Order: sequence, then C-alpha cells, then structure tokens
Amino acid sequence: MGADHHTPGFFKRWFCSTNHKDIGTLYIIFSIIAGIIGGAFSVYMRMELQDPGVQFMTDAAGNPDGHMWNVFVTAHGLIMVFFVVMPGLIGGFGNWFVPLMIGAPDMAFPRLNNISFWLIVPAFLLLLMSAVIGGGAGTGWTIYPPLSSALGHPDMAVDMAIFSLHLAGASSILGAANFITTIFNMRAPGMTLHKMPLFVWGMLVTAFLLVLAVPVLGGAITMLLTDRNFGTSFFNPEGGGDPILFQHLFWFFGHPEVYIMILPAFGIISHIVSTFSRKPIFGYLGMAYAMVAIGFVGFIVWAHHMYTTGINVNMRAYFTAATLIIAVPTGIKIFSWIATMWGGSIDFKVPMLWAIGFIFLFTVGGVTGVVLANAGMDVALHDTYYVVAHFHYVLSLGAVFALFAGFYYWCGKMFGRLIPEWMGQIHFWLTFIGVNMVFFPQHFLGLQGMPRRYIDYPDGFAHWNEISSYGSYISAAATVWFVFVVFYTLFFGKRAEANYWNVDKDLMTLEWTVSSPPPFHQFEEQPMVK
Amino acid sequence: MLKILLSAFVLILGTAFPALAQAPHDWGVTLQEPASPTMERLSDFHTMLLYIITGIVIFVSALLLFVIIRFNKRANPEPKKFSHNTLLEVVWTAVPVIILFIIAVPSFKLLFYMDRTAEPEMTLKVTGYQWYWGYEYPDQDGINFLSYMIPDDEIKEGQKRLLETDNVVVLPIDTNIQILVTAADVLHSWAVPALGLKTDAVPGRFNETWVRINKPGKYYGQCSEICGTGHAFMPITIKAVTKEEFEQWIVTAKEEFASNDNQIDMSRNHEFAGKLTTQAITGAIN
Repeated sequence: MGADHHTPGFFKRWFCSTNHKDIGTLYIIFSIIAGIIGGAFSVYMRMELQDPGVQFMTDAAGNPDGHMWNVFVTAHGLIMVFFVVMPGLIGGFGNWFVPLMIGAPDMAFPRLNNISFWLIVPAFLLLLMSAVIGGGAGTGWTIYPPLSSALGHPDMAVDMAIFSLHLAGASSILGAANFITTIFNMRAPGMTLHKMPLFVWGMLVTAFLLVLAVPVLGGAITMLLTDRNFGTSFFNPEGGGDPILFQHLFWFFGHPEVYIMILPAFGIISHIVSTFSRKPIFGYLGMAYAMVAIGFVGFIVWAHHMYTTGINVNMRAYFTAATLIIAVPTGIKIFSWIATMWGGSIDFKVPMLWAIGFIFLFTVGGVTGVVLANAGMDVALHDTYYVVAHFHYVLSLGAVFALFAGFYYWCGKMFGRLIPEWMGQIHFWLTFIGVNMVFFPQHFLGLQGMPRRYIDYPDGFAHWNEISSYGSYISAAATVWFVFVVFYTLFFGKRAEANYWNVDKDLMTLEWTVSSPPPFHQFEEQPMVK
Repeated sequence: MLKILLSAFVLILGTAFPALAQAPHDWGVTLQEPASPTMERLSDFHTMLLYIITGIVIFVSALLLFVIIRFNKRANPEPKKFSHNTLLEVVWTAVPVIILFIIAVPSFKLLFYMDRTAEPEMTLKVTGYQWYWGYEYPDQDGINFLSYMIPDDEIKEGQKRLLETDNVVVLPIDTNIQILVTAADVLHSWAVPALGLKTDAVPGRFNETWVRINKPGKYYGQCSEICGTGHAFMPITIKAVTKEEFEQWIVTAKEEFASNDNQIDMSRNHEFAGKLTTQAITGAIN
C-alpha cells in the first residue's frame, strides 16, 4: 500500500474536489435539496388545485394571481428536469459508478468534473432568482416566445432563466465530454464495449445525446436573449421571425432531453433486477442496442410536441410513424427485464421494490405515450392533463423511481451505511400509493379536456383534482420520511461490507470488489476483466 | 341490497358516460360526448387505443405478478442461468410492430380526414388576445366581436363558472365551417373538446381547421396554450343553432355589433386586466 491515501481538509475536499466520488456525493446532495424545493412547489400547486376557485395564490387585492401560478409551474418544471433528475442520475450516480464499474481510478478530466458541478450551483441560484425578480418567469419550462419575449415578460426574469440554462447547459456539455472520454479510454483491460455494464452503456448514450442536443437549446435561448435585449427578431413575426422556429429548436433539444433523463435510469434498473433475481441480465446486447436505438430515434421525433401548431399534415404523419417506432425498443427493454426475473430467485429487497415499481409504472406511462403519438388523437389530448399524467408516469414515476432505486441499492457502497429495510419499505409503499393517486386521476381529467397550467378549473373537474391533491400530500409525507431515513442511516445505519447484497460472483460488477465506502483512491492494482 | 347495487350501477354508468354533457362532468373518466364527425372518429379511435393499451398493461402486469409469485426466492431457491432466447426476442420485437401497424392505419386515416375540409360553406376567423378571443364572420358581412369570460361574481344560476362568455360564438349545424385561427400578441390555442377542435393561435400565421356540428347545443372550450396571467380565464362558448336560426341571428348580430368594426374595446380590456393584475403582464398590453 504505497499510494498516498491522505485526504484533503474539509474546504479543499468539498469545494475544490477533483475526486469523482466526492463530486458524485455533492451532486446527490444537490439533487436532494433541489428535489425538496421543486417538490414543495408542486405540493403548493396541488393545494391550490384541491378545490375549485383560487384559495392561496391571490394578489394583495384578493384576486387570482395567474402569473404567480405560471411562475410556480415554470420553476417546478425547470428545477425537476435540470436540477433534480439530471444531477441525480448523471452527476450523482454517473460520477460515482462509471469509473468504479469500468475499473478506472477516476474520471478522465477530474478538474473539468469539478467545474461541471460548480457551474450548476450558480445556475440553480439564477433559476431561483428568475422566480422572484421582476415578477418571476411565468412561461412554462418550454419558454415559448412571444410570451417569453419582451412582449410577454418585459422585466428581467426570463433573462435570469436563460442565463441559468446557459450555465446548466455548459455544465452538462462538459460533464458529457468527460463521460465519453472516460468510457472510451479508461476501461480496465479486457472490458470490451460488449462487456460493459448496462449502466455505463446508458451513460454513454446519454452523454452523446447531451453533446448533440444541449448546444441546440443553447442556441435557441441565446437567440431569444438577443430578441429580448438587442433588437433581433428571430422569433418575432413583426420582424420576419417565427415563433414556431423556437419550438422546433426547443424540442430538437427537448425530446432527446427526456431520454437523457431515462437512459441512465434504464441502466440502474437492469443492474438491480439482475442482482436481486440472481440471474444475468436477459438479452444483454439487445438491451444495450435498444438504448442506442432509443437515443437515435429520440432525435427524429421532436415535432410530436407540436402537432397542434399548424405544421404540415404530411409532417404530422411522418412524426406519428417515427414516434410509434420508439415503442419497439422500449418494449424490448420491458420484456427483457421480466425475462431476467423469469426463472430467477427473486429477493424483494427495497431496491428491487423500486425497480419492479419502475417497470410497472413505466409501462403505464409508455402506453399513454403510444396514444399521444397519434397526431389525430393528440388534438383531443394535447396540452391537457392527459399529457401531464403521461410524462409524470415516465419521469416522476419512472426516472424518480430509478433515482430512489439507485440510492437504496448503492447507499451502503457510497456512504458505508445500510438503510434499514423496514424504513425503506415504508418509504416505497407511501410513495407508490401517493404518486399513483396524484397522477392516475389526471388521465381522466385530461380526457375530459382539462387544460394544463391552469390556476383554476370549471367545477366539473372538481373531484378528480381533489383526489390528486390528497395523493400529493401522501407523496410529500413519503419525502419527509425519506429525508429522515437518510439522516438516520448516515448516523446510525449498520456498517456495510464490500458486497452487502451478496451479489453472485458471476453477476458482479466491479464496484462490489472494493470496500464500502471505497478508498479515496480505488483500484491501486488495475482490475482485469475476463 | 339489490336496489342499492342497482342504483350504484346506474350511478357509475351515468358518470362514466356523461350523456348530453358538452362540458366537463364531475367524476367523468372519458372523452366528452362527440358532437362533430371529427370527434366521433376521434372517440372511436380512442376506444380502440384504450382496448389495446389496457390489454398491454394487463399482460405486462400479469407477467410481473407471475414472476413475483412463481420465482421469488422461497418458491424458487435456485436461479436458472439462461440469458438468451432468440425466438422469444424476435417475437417480442415483431408483435409490437404488428400492433403499431394496427394502430397506424386508422391513425393516418383520421389525421388526413380531420386536417381540413375541401368545400367550406362558411368561414370563422378566430383571433387570440391576452386574455379574450376575437371572432369575425367574413362571409356574413364581417360581423365581428370580442368574447370575454363572465367573471365569477357575475355568474348567474345555471351558468358554468370559467366556461361562459359574454358574447357566444353562434354557428349553424350541418355546415362545413372553415376555421382560421391566429393570435395578436402571444401564443394561444383555440380548443373545443366536444367538437374535436384544438388549433394553436400563432401571431403572424393563420392556422386552418374545420368543424361540422351535428346537433344544436352549447359547447365549451378553454385556451390550451400558456399565455400569461389570464390563461385560465379566456374560455370559448359556442352556441350551435339550426341554419334558419343562424340566419336570424345574423340579422340581429349585424345591428348589435355594427359599431365594432374590428375595434378592440380597450376600456373593457383594461377593466378585465385589472382583475388579473401583476405588473409584468399588464405592462405588455398597453
């Protein structure tokens, strides 16, 4: 043991960190804090929607403050996408486990890793300020002009949001470049691409999506910024511009973005299902290339978010066909997970509960996606609560379930302490019941025609909204419980061994070969993969 | 006991199929009752899709339930080691493709049917404003008016809160109506669920859609693209009447709206905006 295991002091370790595990931990803490803030926003919105009429979001004179509502909608969406799911899955688990799983000592560019994290902190502060300064940005997370132009938001709230996304985007692009380089160059000898763990595959595809998609968003919001402040008119029809152009640019980024949020989740679920079924993942190559296919097709379906904008009917037909195709690789993944469990010896530990929950809920969210893919059908459902239910089933109940699954699976590895099973089970069941109560009735509301982003609704929507709100209180209680569980575990949890889930030898990925938590610098001897 | 069960059944039926409701219905779980050929086809297509997706969810849930019961560690202590089955993988790739074809064919038929009508008998022009709608009847000497939501404190008995407007759009039944939608400030979307209508209002563009209303009645819709403070407060009310009644309405409407001449009633505008406040947005109207 000749290597220097000296760990730096507190400030140097946590503020100037170049260690992938410490940076991963910072990302996870960041994601949890942002998640609590974004979640609180959503509970407040559900409180407002619990009964018809406006009870909470009123201005000084007692009139409904629709703008305040829009600010909440916007902040909730942007926080959850850019500051909870992405930092949690990519920055958190990606940083922690990509190097560990491929047998690398660290990421390829440790200092780049540091700046990736420290860009996202000011980005988050700017976003929070965008909700406060100048009346707040009430544009929805899609920031469509002209509402987001000087016409709809003359004050500087939207500029704040744009700068926030600039920083978050730069952080993502740098992080993605780091992942691609690390995965291509730093795998242990013997680990060919076709032997790489599926989480690493998911991260590789995600990193490519980020590098290709985020710059397009950067361009679009920069054009919006110059429209707002420097007199250009890219999106202003009076100057020959076109608001629809922004939507094309936004969704060229926005659609890959939803796969950016779900592909790492797919990887995590694969590992958990395999570990607790004590079986190798079924159809490994099919699983890996299904993710590649989803990533590729994800770039050519963007206008299915724009079926009602007046785009040409032949275009709508093409985007319908392309979008339906995504169901095929997604189906392959669902069936392969079930086939992995088939014939296994399944142990229902908490991570496995989250994984099975993920598979079921992702299926529900997936099939409503098939409904929405049809440009004709979408006319009835676009911008209604059906869409809200659909994307929360795949993201809030998909990506977020994977976040929790990963946390319960790797908590012992990351922090050296085990979460008591019963505590995790309470958290799982409370969340499972809560989120289904929130989002399942929203399908009915959407079918009945309730539009999204409404502070108040006609009385005919009253009861399903009430149930949905009750569900959100249960989910909120589950989240408070989760925070308690985390603190309890960090202080009083049982110490974890290296392989605390008893992963079978032939199923083991490399993170189970090091201690829990791993040494500050792991793999003093380079591991070999057969 | 039987009586209770029966009445419960009737109640469930009544809520599941909200007969004659062209507005949202409490506890409603499905699409509003169709009142146009487009919406009839949409509704049928949705029923088909609902069967398919329910079948898929039940199938996947059944598989999950089976592996949970049959292959938990007590029922099956020794795991098998297989990880491939080419036939199975081909099947679960091919079968979804077939299902998608079954969906795609009626989907394309519907899409091209609802796109536009070849021979419109009249035109309605719709303009979205923050936060009200402007309507114009170019074929009826350009009758035009603005349509504001009736605020909660002026709602009368029997009127639907957040859905009623001061000037309703009167349209004839059994007529192919071309609808041109645009916006004057930010994006809006003109939507009427029971008629299968939803078209974004985009400044600088005219988007075309069409409708043929089957039966007289009132149909309600709401703005469906976020447009600022008053997004939830700019509903659409359509009153469908027979062709004869429509002719009569034209005569009276010409008088009633004679002075409008495409002039926006700014006083009404400000009064309304005052109720919706926040400096960021009201600044934009002026």
